[in-house]
Amino acid sequence: MEKINKILITIQGNFVAPRFDMVSEVLIASTDGQKLTEKPRTILISRPSADELCSFITKEDIAIVVCGGIEERHYKYLSWTKKKIFDSVIGPHAEALQLVLQNRLVSGAILPGAVGGESSP
Amino acid sequence: MKLSSLQQIAVSELLNGFPHAIVLLDTGLRVAEMNCYLEALTGYTSAQARGVYGSFILRCNLGPKNQHFRKALETGEPISIEGNIINRNHKKIPIQFTISPLRSESDDIVGLLVVLEDISILQNKSQRIYDGTEVILGHSPKMQEVFGLMPVLAHTDASVLITGETGTGKDIIAEAIHKASKRARHPFIKINCGALPESLLESELFGYVRGAFTGAVKDKPGMFRLAHDGTIFLTEIGDLPMPLQVKILSVLDDKEFYPVGGTQKVKVDVRVIAATHRNLREQIQHGRFREDLFYRLNVLRIHLPPLREREGDIRLLLDHFLREFDSKLNKTIKGFTTNAHNKLLSYAYPGNVRELRNIIEYAANICQGKRIRSEHLPQYIFTSQTGNTLPQPKAYDIGQQEEISRPETSKARPGNWNDIEKEMILQTLTKTRGNRSQAAEILGWGRTTLWRKLKMHGFT
Repeated sequence: MEKINKILITIQGNFVAPRFDMVSEVLIASTDGQKLTEKPRTILISRPSADELCSFITKEDIAIVVCGGIEERHYKYLSWTKKKIFDSVIGPHAEALQLVLQNRLVSGAILPGAVGGESSP
Repeated sequence: MKLSSLQQIAVSELLNGFPHAIVLLDTGLRVAEMNCYLEALTGYTSAQARGVYGSFILRCNLGPKNQHFRKALETGEPISIEGNIINRNHKKIPIQFTISPLRSESDDIVGLLVVLEDISILQNKSQRIYDGTEVILGHSPKMQEVFGLMPVLAHTDASVLITGETGTGKDIIAEAIHKASKRARHPFIKINCGALPESLLESELFGYVRGAFTGAVKDKPGMFRLAHDGTIFLTEIGDLPMPLQVKILSVLDDKEFYPVGGTQKVKVDVRVIAATHRNLREQIQHGRFREDLFYRLNVLRIHLPPLREREGDIRLLLDHFLREFDSKLNKTIKGFTTNAHNKLLSYAYPGNVRELRNIIEYAANICQGKRIRSEHLPQYIFTSQTGNTLPQPKAYDIGQQEEISRPETSKARPGNWNDIEKEMILQTLTKTRGNRSQAAEILGWGRTTLWRKLKMHGFT
């Protein structure tokens, strides 16, 4: 049986949130390695705080984190807790999630939907 | 903003000619162009960033809805604001943002020009000295002189005398000198020579041996021995009793001393930094300070200017302490109203930086809004006689021999603080019929402070 991995994407509207420490909403999805095992859910964070978000990620047993800009100490903490991190990602979170599932997302990626779209971040 | 290829090349080259990171945003807040400094700062190239929302490239903390960018677009007014960005190397960089609307020939707003000034360099240059926890702020020429002198003082092992009015930061400077010196890994011991009676001060400084006096049940090492290999900071050296001045002089000369009641000499390797708010030459004239000790301590001298002589630093300190207390008290105070700011800039600050810090702490606690108003400031700054007039500088000796024969300048002038304090003590003592404990309580001082002040004013 395939292991279920949880993916967390920090979001702002339809996009990956530009800053980890200012996030007020996250999207959580579960995957068996190829496809989603359930419908992704969004969770509102009561107070933007990078420290609290790190605790949340640990508590929720998240395996993959997709985010925008993240400070060194939080990046190191998440790496140390064996999370896979795709940071500095710019673009719509739906595109980012698809690329994770296809194993094609890289840190620093500017996704096609980031350029020239009409919807405001 | 629509630019032809040729225009884009020209704009890009133009932007590269400025010494700061710059980005041009269109009215949809997407990146139209950015210069090479911003490429270095953010880690994205112009080609990558073009067409992407500016907030995604800058990753600044100016709010998730880009309020400041939108406000500049709506009002057409430039905005300058402090914030930070996180670059691709996970580094948070403090930035001064200047957001200016760009207008077309027909006066329509067609975009924004955002200048990002990396202020971490500025902060490191003159505000944060050494790697200590204490911060010394100052851009004024007089403080720049002090900052210039400090590395020199740190790299020698000679005694240092720090002079300056109360609240000018003598303690912080002493600690900074120690931390930057080769003794930094060893102890920094501070002792206030004015806070303890003579007998107690002697045992505190030099320690005692078991049986030296009643209650001395075991040996006590004393501050000089604790500071071995490090630095001892004798603050308020001007209040040091005469008999102890002799002993300190002998320690400075011989680097050894006898603990109280001891028969064996103790050798120490200690650097002495002394500080005082008194005019030591005047003290010498009055027979209250030994001239030989003065010359022994006065090997290197640093004088800290009072706040009223530090042009431009009041503004800097106001902003710094407001930020500090805003963050400590978890408030969202953005600044001062014009009236409050003008009052704070024109006040004389007889208590110098310490007083300024206390005023801002008071105001930050009282203020419940976004800006500190005049009514949030302590009332005494509006009624104080010195509030609107800058007091004459105290006559600190600056090392010239001929100053010894100068007429006494800090002798109580009518209406100065010495006079007021003397009068206040007399009135309180009369009221309490000479009961010092009651007088100290009424004045809000400890008994030791009252004792010291009585001595200072010549009442004992």
